[in-house]
Amino acid sequence: MSALAAQPLAANLVQSVDWLAIAPPTLTAVVGLAVLIADLFVPETRKPLLGWVSVAGLAAAAALLLPLLDHDRSTFCLNGAPRACSYTADRFTLVVQFLVLGGALLTALLSLTALKDGRSRYPQGEFWFLLLSSAAGAALLPASRDLATLIVALEVASLPAFALVGIRHGDRRSSEAALKFFLSSVTATAVSLMGVSFVYVTTGSLYLTQVADRIQHVDGQLHTLAQTGVVLTLVGFAFKTAAVPFHFWVPDTYVGAPLPIASYLSVVGKAVGFSGLILVTVVAFPSYADVWGPALAVLAALTMTVGNVAALRQQATRAYSAVRLLAWSSVGQAGYLLVPIAAAGYTEDARKTVGSTVAYALMYAAVNLGAFAVAALVARTRHLNRVSDYRGLYASNPLTALLLAFFLLCLAGLPPGVIGLFAKVTVFSTAVDAGLGWLAVVMAVNVVIALYYYLQWATLLFRAPEGEPAQHALPAPLTAALALTGALGIALSGAPQLVLRFAGTGLF
Amino acid sequence: MIDISESVMQFLLALIVVGPLLGAVAALLPAPPGLKGTSPEQAVLRHGVTVTGAILLAAIVLALGFDHGHPSRMQATTDISWIPALDVRIHLGIDGISLPLVVLTALLTFLCALYSYFNMPAGPSPKAFVALLLVLESGTLATFAVLDLLLFFLAFETVLIPMYFLIARWGGEGRTRAAWRFILFTLLGSVVMLLGLLLIGIKAGTFDMVALATDNGRSLTASVQVIAVLAIGIGLAVKTPMWPLHSWLPDAHTAAPTVGSVMLAGVLLKMGTYGFVRILLPVAPDGFRTFAPYLAALAVVGIIYGSLACLNLAKRGARGDLKRLIAYSSVGHMGFVLLGIATMTPTGVNGALFANIAHGLITGLLFFLVGGLKDRTGTTDLDTLSESTGAALYGKAPRLGGLLAFAAVASLGLPGLAGFWGEMLALFGAFEPAAGLSRPAFLTFMAIAAFGTLLIAAYMLAVVRRVCMGAVPQDAPRLADVRTYEFAAWTPLVVLTVVAGLWPRALLGLTDPAVQQLLAGGTR
Repeated sequence: MSALAAQPLAANLVQSVDWLAIAPPTLTAVVGLAVLIADLFVPETRKPLLGWVSVAGLAAAAALLLPLLDHDRSTFCLNGAPRACSYTADRFTLVVQFLVLGGALLTALLSLTALKDGRSRYPQGEFWFLLLSSAAGAALLPASRDLATLIVALEVASLPAFALVGIRHGDRRSSEAALKFFLSSVTATAVSLMGVSFVYVTTGSLYLTQVADRIQHVDGQLHTLAQTGVVLTLVGFAFKTAAVPFHFWVPDTYVGAPLPIASYLSVVGKAVGFSGLILVTVVAFPSYADVWGPALAVLAALTMTVGNVAALRQQATRAYSAVRLLAWSSVGQAGYLLVPIAAAGYTEDARKTVGSTVAYALMYAAVNLGAFAVAALVARTRHLNRVSDYRGLYASNPLTALLLAFFLLCLAGLPPGVIGLFAKVTVFSTAVDAGLGWLAVVMAVNVVIALYYYLQWATLLFRAPEGEPAQHALPAPLTAALALTGALGIALSGAPQLVLRFAGTGLF
Repeated sequence: MIDISESVMQFLLALIVVGPLLGAVAALLPAPPGLKGTSPEQAVLRHGVTVTGAILLAAIVLALGFDHGHPSRMQATTDISWIPALDVRIHLGIDGISLPLVVLTALLTFLCALYSYFNMPAGPSPKAFVALLLVLESGTLATFAVLDLLLFFLAFETVLIPMYFLIARWGGEGRTRAAWRFILFTLLGSVVMLLGLLLIGIKAGTFDMVALATDNGRSLTASVQVIAVLAIGIGLAVKTPMWPLHSWLPDAHTAAPTVGSVMLAGVLLKMGTYGFVRILLPVAPDGFRTFAPYLAALAVVGIIYGSLACLNLAKRGARGDLKRLIAYSSVGHMGFVLLGIATMTPTGVNGALFANIAHGLITGLLFFLVGGLKDRTGTTDLDTLSESTGAALYGKAPRLGGLLAFAAVASLGLPGLAGFWGEMLALFGAFEPAAGLSRPAFLTFMAIAAFGTLLIAAYMLAVVRRVCMGAVPQDAPRLADVRTYEFAAWTPLVVLTVVAGLWPRALLGLTDPAVQQLLAGGTR
């Protein structure tokens, strides 16, 4: 608003840009480019410096969210009435951007160690450039308020991720995983694009608010086309969330990717998916709630069931079973994330309901990254990273083992993981409130299934070690990541209101 | 009895809930200088005794400061907002219903800590054992002290992990399977319960138990009440346990270490029945009335089923395990508690609460005694114990035998001991159930349950005959009789069993006004 009022004359010709509003994603992208260029001039021995610059860049970008807290800002707006903007920094945007940048920051901390251990196999400059650009895209996405920007942001977030998955030189599994990820993701985006074009045809606008307005008065002949468009648009985002039936890429990609990238996909990738879904469903197509509401409810039920049952069937002694278990459990968790979005299709105040998804995602991001940090630690000495390798971790690294047990119980939603419990309670309450009793019951059964494998892993930590326990040395960046996630988890367990406040109020 | 200012009472109640949790954290830290003891193990076990002792002391002071003139009033209340987004408040308070349970929990945990100080169950480090025991204590005490539905759920869930580890790490044969059965059954029940609690909270607009009880179900439609009672009832019934949801209990009891069995039977089972009285009766009375006959029927089936299972286990040649037998007898005893609650009358509910406490005392004592027996003979198998003539405990260890006979007789409900009043009042309640409940049906239940008391007497006496009596062979080694620490751990339970039996008014005077008010429409 302020930008418009300030420049009444030039408004028709020149778009004024609120640089502060777009600073977080922009800074991330700029630091990414700078790192890529600096890589050419930095000698081989100084390469780790690039990593620290990236970490600092991400931290600065997250800090730039602070001045935006006071009021909502919009930029890249259409002039004249009705006002429609492409970029909005409201509460929803800021929370998701915080989640994305924080997740990327923790990923970067994990990557520092991974790159140091496997120096010869990773091209350093490219790695940091790709990570930062993907993070920039992911930070742009929740702020996008038109369909074109949404798709562009989705692609900016995804394309570097494909390269990151396959970045290990001379690793066939890595490149295979990247290819699988790439092909399926591109298909999903193509479907999404088709949906967007259908919506554009029927409404004549790409701006979410205008689409929401006009799609209510679609010509009777075009009604089916609009409906198809709505459903197809959701596909691309459902894919990123790893919702069933778009989940099959998850386990192989996670195992093939470097471990920090797997953690990135499980947290930031999902944030991209669900924030896109929220924007498209609640902001753009609220009048089609009778179409996407039931569809998402079924999707949520399927996703959590398939993910949890597959995680349950993992054998502890199989190679990479720890990452596989985390991969399948992340599919299960995606199901819980979808529940409030589905419930939004059944309630009057849809924008309030989806706050539960954001609150749950914040909890999930902190504890899941924590679990991945421990996995990264163990993988340094036990390269196969089987669940059975965690046996007796308490004997060698008591604090790490206690933290992992805490993270797993948070994911399971049992005390002492109080925040996990209450995050699940908010999700349950949206389902009960919306009258989706069956979905709540399905979720209840899933919580029990999930407890079984999480607790099985947690008990393994405290068993007597087989043979000589492997002492895991803690490098500084990993310690920082563990301390950060652990402190977050414990603080949130004491004061769940810190994240749950988003569940109680409208975010837009 | 003594006048203590309200703020001190508030502090005491908060201390009782939070203290064990802090103690658990402290148990994991290395002992400070000056408190190192003779070894780290000894130091941490002593820490456990100190903390549980302090909590017991606080509970006793709380009971003394409790205004016995107005037991129906919530006392020592704290009400702080915790999670406004979910409308969760840290609302603590005790009345005549919860006070006895709080004291019982604090007492049993202290006795358990004392017992393990001298007789630590075999397993990994005592550090984790003490920490888990303290978390367990905190969870159970919180369950009885909180007045917010979601907080109740949190407390209800808190006990799962410590109990799981106590069974799985310090237990006997088949412990892993038993621990899994325990946690999966209870969790499945409690997530269903959560759905019911949320339904009530969302429809009524508050999670506050006092407000909901005062409302007495007026803001909930009949169908909401029915669904909520079904969902919450299932969760509580698994914990209680009610037939046919009891199948986790025998395994858990058989595998758990002595201390775990005592806590499980003495305290954890009470959380289920307490939930019935505190939540379902006042909050959703119409829904409860719909299910009351079914609850009573299942309770009676539980009484008969548990007794028959015990009779079968007590038979010669059945290879019955004594711990398993006591576990099945718990199913029967909890059947009486559920029958009392299902009558929806003050008499029945008072009986249920009395039986609750009595069962905690007597079964806790029984598990202690059987644990002591196992330490001496290395087995709890009835056939191995009694061989051909009987284990002749009277001859080999007269005091232990005497105590066992006392506990068995108390358990079968001999007048003059604690087991009598609760079950008799529950039967009285069934004789004249609340208005709106079918009297003929409840008369039938009463008749069957009364028959159940005969069965209980039969198997308890069979156990006494096979374990305590018999001829002492000449060359048989004498068993060590009751040791000093065992006396210390068991005497309070014996004394309280006699006191509750001879002076039931002490307990009923506390519960009755609170129950009257709960049934009439909430707490003040």
